[in-house]
Amino acid sequence: MVDPIFASRLQFALTTIVHIVFPVMSMGLAPFLVYFTWREIRSGEAIYEQLRRFWTRIFAVSFVVGTVTGIVLEFEFGTNFAAFSTTAGELFGGPLALEGMMAFMLEATFLGVFVFGRERVSDALYMISAVAVGLGTWLSAVWILIANSWMQTPRGYELVMEGGQPIVRLVDPIAAYLNPRFFWMFVHMQNAAVESVALVMAGLGAYFVFRHHVWGNPVRHVGFWETTLKFGLIALLITAPLQVIHGDLYARHVFETQPQKFAAMEAVWETDSYVPEYIIAFPTSIENLLDPRAKEIFGIGIPGGASWLASGGDPQATIRGLEEFEGPQPPVAIVFWAFRAMVALGFWFILLAVWGSYRWWSGELYEDDLLHKALMASTPLGIIAVELGWVVTEVGRQPWVIQGVLKTSDGVSPGLTGTEATITLAGFVVVYLALLTLYVYVLVRIVRAGPPSRDDLRATPEQPGSDTTPEVSTDD
Amino acid sequence: MTDVASLAGGPLFGLPLAELWFVLLFFILAMFLFLDGFDFGVGALFATRDDEAEREQLLAAIGPFWDGNEVWLVVFGGAMFAAFPAVYANLFSRHYLLMFAILGALILRGLAPEMYEQRHDEAWKRWWGRAFVVGSLTAPFFLGMFTANWMLGETATLTVSGVVVGLAVVALTVVDGVAFLRLKTRGRLRADLRTAGYRALAAYLALVVVALGYVAVTRPALRSALSSPVVVALVAVTLLLAGVYAVATRSDRYYAAFGAAAGLVFALVGIVAGLLYPSIDPAGGLTVESAIVSTLPLNLMSIGAALLLPLIFGYFVVLYSAFSGPIEAGEAY
Repeated sequence: MVDPIFASRLQFALTTIVHIVFPVMSMGLAPFLVYFTWREIRSGEAIYEQLRRFWTRIFAVSFVVGTVTGIVLEFEFGTNFAAFSTTAGELFGGPLALEGMMAFMLEATFLGVFVFGRERVSDALYMISAVAVGLGTWLSAVWILIANSWMQTPRGYELVMEGGQPIVRLVDPIAAYLNPRFFWMFVHMQNAAVESVALVMAGLGAYFVFRHHVWGNPVRHVGFWETTLKFGLIALLITAPLQVIHGDLYARHVFETQPQKFAAMEAVWETDSYVPEYIIAFPTSIENLLDPRAKEIFGIGIPGGASWLASGGDPQATIRGLEEFEGPQPPVAIVFWAFRAMVALGFWFILLAVWGSYRWWSGELYEDDLLHKALMASTPLGIIAVELGWVVTEVGRQPWVIQGVLKTSDGVSPGLTGTEATITLAGFVVVYLALLTLYVYVLVRIVRAGPPSRDDLRATPEQPGSDTTPEVSTDD
Repeated sequence: MTDVASLAGGPLFGLPLAELWFVLLFFILAMFLFLDGFDFGVGALFATRDDEAEREQLLAAIGPFWDGNEVWLVVFGGAMFAAFPAVYANLFSRHYLLMFAILGALILRGLAPEMYEQRHDEAWKRWWGRAFVVGSLTAPFFLGMFTANWMLGETATLTVSGVVVGLAVVALTVVDGVAFLRLKTRGRLRADLRTAGYRALAAYLALVVVALGYVAVTRPALRSALSSPVVVALVAVTLLLAGVYAVATRSDRYYAAFGAAAGLVFALVGIVAGLLYPSIDPAGGLTVESAIVSTLPLNLMSIGAALLLPLIFGYFVVLYSAFSGPIEAGEAY
């Protein structure tokens, strides 16, 4: 039997890593759906109805799987981390309850109208439903990130002992809940969600554009896919640079507020100044890979880069090394490599955005097959980057579950047995692998089926048989 | 800042907030059991229909609603975490496997209709149809088990009272599901459902009698609570509403039957709360007064709930009025 503490950590990691895929899809799709609905209602153009209906199907499936996996997370704090829940309940329970009441309720009720109600409600109520669903998904992130940011940089509380157990008492709700970290996380997360969906759109669009224009294999509704590709590129061009610039500032905030995590991100063990930033790092041995130390890694480093990054412009700045922090360290290898992979992906997305936009501008968007292939291969990479970012955030905070207040190992349910924890962990491995497989399977089927045919639309097509020609410009 | 700080001084308007949150918690549980209950009931009734068009109607009936209905469970977990964090921690970790059984059943129930609609071949539909039925039967069963174990302070997972209450909750969701489906369907299906409603109602009443009798015999400490005016009144209300349900079902007064089903759910949850109070976690020795969160977060949550609950009712009114009446031809899941 697996140790209940280890099993609980692994189970929580597994269930969050799988769950986050679905909110990323729904939060990222939300602004697109609001826009498509608005354009459909305002202009009555067929393409917007196609876009709205196609992407709503993907949104609905993501939402269903997100709901059932999300309930699991909310209950897991109680089942597996009862000591954490007792210690932090006073600060942590409120945001979770408000997420349910303020965000999830709004989202789930209006989703019914949005998915099933186009024929039943007025245009105005339908538009309101689209906005309510989108607002709900984003408000959900607000409350979850308020709760999480407090675990990263806890403020506004006092620690008291009750019956031998530490209890966090809420003293200053504004300090606790309007935590500076929250704003960093919220912008980074929401922008990442939109960027991830932009990559999914661009990747799918590129696939059909490639088949139609490069392979010469006629695709039904190719105009729909061309427009999808363009929407993906526009969104990518906005979000990709913002993500990297904002991420740089966010890293600086982490350096100031969680120096131990920052040192792990950079694998700096000894306190030093003029620390280089290894933008490309190669592990030259297994040891390098499993136990990276910045000084021993073979790579291309910008002299003083990490110091510059941390201090906001001073290459001579001192970075406190991991050796300065007492007690166990975060698993440096995971944090270091996840951070590098995420940053590399962030720059890759900028390259894709610039490349695609340039081809579009020069009128070669449908001809550049290398671009199509790069976009296709990048379809899931936005979501992967989000996962890597959360690994940096959550693994980088270890051994703490609440930074400096409570260790993760002290947060596990005291009565939990290894047998119980192993049964559920094994169950989740099986169920969640099946769930992910089914989700991908359903997405593939939706994509294969394509958008609704022009004949099935509410809008009357202006030109019969215009399915195979691009009829709408999207740059307005 | 001064306003926020003053919220730490004492309960808002001197209200008995601990008791109000206890009531609110069980109100939320009842809303979940009533609303998602008819989704479960529809899932159970799905097993009794083999005509494909009828099965599609059953799925179409709950399509727009179930996700919103299920959020009441999320709010239940959140409200318990926020208002009674120690209960949330003790209870959920004590009934560890049961909690995950509930979650597993909900995953199956939520996913199955979505998958059922994906393909049209025989074997696929058969298996996902079964998954839908199994999820819809086991979710309320485990939830009933959990509630009984919670109320009676059981530390074991499998208990006699748990099984009886679990079965009672399953029967109640079928009662609820029949009432809902008779609002949403027409013709032969609507007429056929009547019998299922009577049977489920009879089973529910029998199981409630067994459960209460079992508690009275095995738990001398609860006898005074069993004969308290609130519990006696709720048992009487249950019998009365059962009569209303039967008469309304026979005379095709669909809304009256649906209202009676809602009342039956609220009465059952009320009985549970009545037997529990003033304790809130008998196995952990926690009472409502000892487990309530401290004043400042309690006041903040109370303000939040007071502002948000009316809005939530508004959302449900919009949703249910947009899809009122029987499902139309061509409406699918």
